[in-house]
Amino acid sequence: MTEMRLIAPSSPALLQSPDHELCPGCGHPVAWRQVLEVVEELGIADRTIIVVGHGCYTQMMIRSDLDSLQCLHGRGPAVATGVKRMLPDAIVITLSGDGDMVSEGLAEVLHAAGRAERITSLLFNNGVFGDTGGHMTASTVVGQRTKTSLSGRDPEQHGYPIDVSRLLANVEGTAYVGRGAVNTAGLVARTKRMVKRALQLQMEGAGFTFVEVLTMCPTGWFVPTAAGPEYLEEAMMATYGIGELKAPEA
Amino acid sequence: MSGVRGTVNIATERCKGCDLCIPACPPRVLEMSTATNALGYHFPLLHDGCTGCSACADVCPDFVFEVWRYG
Amino acid sequence: MTRVLQQGSEAVADAAIAAGCRFFAGYPMLPFTELLEHMSRKLPGAGGVCINADTEIEAVNMALGAAATGARAATGSCGQGIALMQEAVAEAALNELPLVIFNMARGQQDYFQATRGGGWGDYRTITYAPKDVPEAIEHTYLLFHLADLHRTPVVMYGDYIIAHTHVGVEPSVPDLGPLPTKEWALDGSMGGTGRARQIWTWDRGKPNTPGLGPDAHWKDVAAKYDRIDQTEARSEQRLVEDAEVVIASWGTTATVVDYVVDELRADGVRIGSFRPLTLWPFPGAAFARAVAGASRVLVYELNAGQMLDDVRIHAPDRSAVRFIGSVSQDQTGMRQGDLLDAAVVRDRVLSALKEGS
Repeated sequence: MTEMRLIAPSSPALLQSPDHELCPGCGHPVAWRQVLEVVEELGIADRTIIVVGHGCYTQMMIRSDLDSLQCLHGRGPAVATGVKRMLPDAIVITLSGDGDMVSEGLAEVLHAAGRAERITSLLFNNGVFGDTGGHMTASTVVGQRTKTSLSGRDPEQHGYPIDVSRLLANVEGTAYVGRGAVNTAGLVARTKRMVKRALQLQMEGAGFTFVEVLTMCPTGWFVPTAAGPEYLEEAMMATYGIGELKAPEA
Repeated sequence: MSGVRGTVNIATERCKGCDLCIPACPPRVLEMSTATNALGYHFPLLHDGCTGCSACADVCPDFVFEVWRYG
Repeated sequence: MTRVLQQGSEAVADAAIAAGCRFFAGYPMLPFTELLEHMSRKLPGAGGVCINADTEIEAVNMALGAAATGARAATGSCGQGIALMQEAVAEAALNELPLVIFNMARGQQDYFQATRGGGWGDYRTITYAPKDVPEAIEHTYLLFHLADLHRTPVVMYGDYIIAHTHVGVEPSVPDLGPLPTKEWALDGSMGGTGRARQIWTWDRGKPNTPGLGPDAHWKDVAAKYDRIDQTEARSEQRLVEDAEVVIASWGTTATVVDYVVDELRADGVRIGSFRPLTLWPFPGAAFARAVAGASRVLVYELNAGQMLDDVRIHAPDRSAVRFIGSVSQDQTGMRQGDLLDAAVVRDRVLSALKEGS
């Protein structure tokens, strides 16, 4: 009888239920799984607090077995500041989409980084306000079709996307900025390592840490579900490069 | 069964038929069914040759795959 | 206990710290700025954190986050800055988080903001309007207590005068009674237990610990404010027993009004005064009793008529109500203007009394 080892449970231990209502092919649960696995592997579940903005990813918050605070659209890094300053030994993670962070909450995340708040902010970037039905955000890339840029984002009319990871990398209070993606298994693994690095830095008391994850939104992108990963690579990754934009000296 | 290093349990009833696991599988041993589950979606079927690499589990948005390795 | 001469803002800061406030965030805006300065200087020494936020919206959200951990947290501004904070105040209310908000107002034009609220949903904020610095100190202790007791944001309606007047104070921390423990507070410890906590205005809960959902939760919260309405109103009245005319005012304006009431009584006018200490809950029942015997009810406030609405709602005879107040701002725009004046009040009261009925 050959021995068998479990390599991966179907659902992470910190997810109370894997049944969610997100679209087929949505990248958010793919990304959030990695976060939950890292929290479990680091042994910090019992001192982690997640502060979650408004978007489809709230579906992940309501199923996660972590102390959770749903906050106002865009305000996560400010709310997390209050949490972390009162509980310096807690690991505080904010979760936002690009609508929440790059549109509504740009000031909050930049200022939290400026203050070197010892929190980890995560950005699940799919270039749309998915929860409202697929509208343009400050992250939408040139040429990207959304319900408010039906012919594709046009610089003449709509200007250009804002690369918040690059902005944050230039803020002195930022200790770490990584950008990953979840459209291939290889990039999923690389993203997981970035999340782990960011949280380990928070555990060490380093300044503001940030991981952006490009995620698929085939619904918001007007592409067939199976074409999401390819669209992410061709459209999103062309604007937003993968890698560590800032990291402490080894 | 030489070359078969792993296997997956597939929660077919949870699958939403996104197809992302199909190209993600390095040995290409997953194929979408013709049948549909109670939600109306096609779901992956496993052919021989799984290595237990967990790429399918890594890319699946619906927590469908439980991954095992032999030995 | 030593008597000290203190600026009102400093006295309020000391009271907040003595009451256990350990998180404060604010954005400089006159006449609130000094409260932020004093907290910035004194709170760290008491083991707390004071952050000069980069926007009012950040300040209130930081305070909300701190409150979610169970800490006594506060923020403030003047009405113009508190206008920016309204969404977060509503959020705190529907999250049932205690939060103390200091409005060091530029006048009396924020009554509607404080009592009707500019956020969303069926919520209220318990609002105290002290008439002077000693009351502001007393109300500070009270507000931190009430915020925790009722799990709600609460407001102190101060103003330029209270913020900047130096007064001899001899404060002592009152014992306001026991409070429930904050089991709802987040500290991370329930993570991984299968029963992790969730604070969300929609109260959906998690699969293992379902919540009430938005409908039942919001009905619950509305019912809570109904109960607070029945139990937390406070007011003060003077010389109403035989009064033919009762004048209603609030906040620092009331000190001028009461001065005039005493003058007119000396002249033989049967006048009394009524003052809500809580703008919300408005002490409607006490007010109705206080004015029951009066043929005229005058309202003097320095706005276009805001408490006037509550007076009209609760007056037994609405036709007896006369508004004799007005908007009044000084030329700097930062504080009440020329109409905060005993001679003006006296004139207007006498004119109103001459009016044929």
